[in-house]
Amino acid sequence: MAKKKTDEVRFAPTGIGDEKDGAIQKGVDLPAPTRKKHKSLGLSEDDLKDMYEQMFLQRRFEERAMQQYQKGKFGGFLHLYIGQEAVSTGTVYALNDDDDIITAYRDHGWGLCRGITPNEGMAELFGKKTGCSKGKGGSMHFAKTENHFWGGYGIVGGHIPIGGGLAFANKYNQNNRISATFFGDGAVDQGSLHETLNIAKLWGLPAIFVVENNGYSMGTAAKRHTVAEIVDRAKGYDIKSKVVNGMDVFSVFEAMKEIAEWVRENSEPYFVEIRTYRYRGHSMSDPQKYRTKEELKEYQENDPIERLKSYLLDEGILDEDGIEEIEEKVEQEVLDAVEFADESDFPDEEALYDDMFAEDEPYFHN
Amino acid sequence: MAELQFREAIKAAIDEEMDREEKVFIMGEEVAEYDGAYKSTEGLLKKYGFKRVIDTPISELGFSGIGVGAAMNGLRPIVEFMTFNFAVLALDQIINHASKAGYMTGGQISMPIVFRGPNASAGQLGATHSVAYDSMYAHFPGLKVIYTSEPDDAKGLLKSAIRDDNPVIFMESEQMYGMKGEVSDEDDYIIPIGKGKIKREGSDVTVVAHGKMYHVAKQAAAQLEKDGVEVELIDPRTVKPLDLPLIVESIKKTNRCVVVDEAHPFGGFASEVGFLIQREAFDYLDAPVQRVTLPDVNAPFSKPLFDAWLPDAKQVIDAVNQVTYRN
Repeated sequence: MAKKKTDEVRFAPTGIGDEKDGAIQKGVDLPAPTRKKHKSLGLSEDDLKDMYEQMFLQRRFEERAMQQYQKGKFGGFLHLYIGQEAVSTGTVYALNDDDDIITAYRDHGWGLCRGITPNEGMAELFGKKTGCSKGKGGSMHFAKTENHFWGGYGIVGGHIPIGGGLAFANKYNQNNRISATFFGDGAVDQGSLHETLNIAKLWGLPAIFVVENNGYSMGTAAKRHTVAEIVDRAKGYDIKSKVVNGMDVFSVFEAMKEIAEWVRENSEPYFVEIRTYRYRGHSMSDPQKYRTKEELKEYQENDPIERLKSYLLDEGILDEDGIEEIEEKVEQEVLDAVEFADESDFPDEEALYDDMFAEDEPYFHN
Repeated sequence: MAELQFREAIKAAIDEEMDREEKVFIMGEEVAEYDGAYKSTEGLLKKYGFKRVIDTPISELGFSGIGVGAAMNGLRPIVEFMTFNFAVLALDQIINHASKAGYMTGGQISMPIVFRGPNASAGQLGATHSVAYDSMYAHFPGLKVIYTSEPDDAKGLLKSAIRDDNPVIFMESEQMYGMKGEVSDEDDYIIPIGKGKIKREGSDVTVVAHGKMYHVAKQAAAQLEKDGVEVELIDPRTVKPLDLPLIVESIKKTNRCVVVDEAHPFGGFASEVGFLIQREAFDYLDAPVQRVTLPDVNAPFSKPLFDAWLPDAKQVIDAVNQVTYRN
């Protein structure tokens, strides 16, 4: 018998949160953070201070970038990483310096963590020739390949097979390096992920594929854009997987360290869902109507930087003065970067044609 | 000179370059254990092993992207498509990534990768297996595009493509793989990318044709000769960079030109060459440039319809008659 016709036909799941009985519908559920202390994770007090400085730098860099954007100092898109700094920082500390990292367009934090200086980063945002990508890439295309940071990429899911290719070359050269590819929860719905996971498993690629699940694919909650649990995608490809608390830098470090060692040892891919949260909109033009203020507040109370700060204070590794010293140093660095970017020159007009081809005098059709 | 089939020339080029450089490898559907869907990789697995001759799943987007990542990270991949009709699934990798990654990172990334395979139609295969994509790729900055017509060109240019430090689209044809031709047996035979060739000298009309259409134009030239019309036949071989000076010099002599192209008419190779000729050789033309292309219609299956669809020698002769006012 034919199914009865209904009055209303719906396709995409609808609704912003479910605020029944005052309960907050959260974008992502955070798993419990690790209970381990820094020593048992193999981190020294200096490591922790560096991590704090690094996370604070990523935060302040973007806050200042946002101000400059609002002042009209540069154009284009600006996707902020604020709230997710524990993911980049924990990962970079867990991997070897010559392991290959590639990410999507929310890339400032990753670049800074992999050695793009605040000056080079801010100048890139401003489109100046002193930028990390000579002003050719902008916010979405930070890169520092000499540090094995292969860049930010602006096509959702487009860089996932490339991350597999970085691992392919490492296996080919038997150089003991692995690749780690980061993308958002929105990219989980792209076919490129699925083709890559299949090939990565089939070919034994030493590659970690990491979803930075921040709860939203632009303005669409994860529950509205993808079915079932994201981490379970790995099951269909017989790939090991893990869910990690991305608001806690120790948890990210611990998980990524173990995973990286396993991947390196076994030359097999691994799929990780790191749950995190972005405090700002998808980009600067986002009115954020898709989530509640209460939800945002709840995650901000779990702030990864505040969390590490409390740990440093509670463990007596730094006192308030010590924290302030780091923060002031970073603050100055970022202000200097703004000045540097502002005062740097734009690329010369001839630079328009540079970097298109490997040759010194390439052919351009006209 | 040795007589080789087109597929043997392709294989020889890959073989020589793999032998020369450890970083060169080939991947694609059926390239290894099956020995190549069109046998253009026959024997390579046996010679180079599973590390460097790699069968892929039918995942054009996935394996092309792996090729792009491998090229960025220091290797020199040859990515074979069973046909460029399937490469449409990989366009994000070729157009958004291979051709752009170097530029948008300010030159930090180099991309020595070759995407190769048969292009355009191959008999009655229907609408989705019959498209000529060379003009489309040539539209995008950052790509070099080669579509050769004869084994000798194929060998010399494929070797150049594999050595090139930029992404190169290298196109062949299912219907030409069995075609034989003299191939230079010069050691390390290289043809530079971007150089066309006058394959038949003539003084009455310049005909520009590449890939499979070269053979159609050649057939037309042979018939026209009987009528006393001497065609100068130019095979550009490389679509981009285009060897425009060669074409212009020929037109200065013949004052007439027909472009034969296996693409559809809008915005294709023929329209581009036509525009360039009016700009560069306007004063030398005794007649408007004519073109022979596919109609603005999808490829049909039915034999009589297919034959009506594909450009043939008669259409080329008609176009030559038009520019020489012999109608």
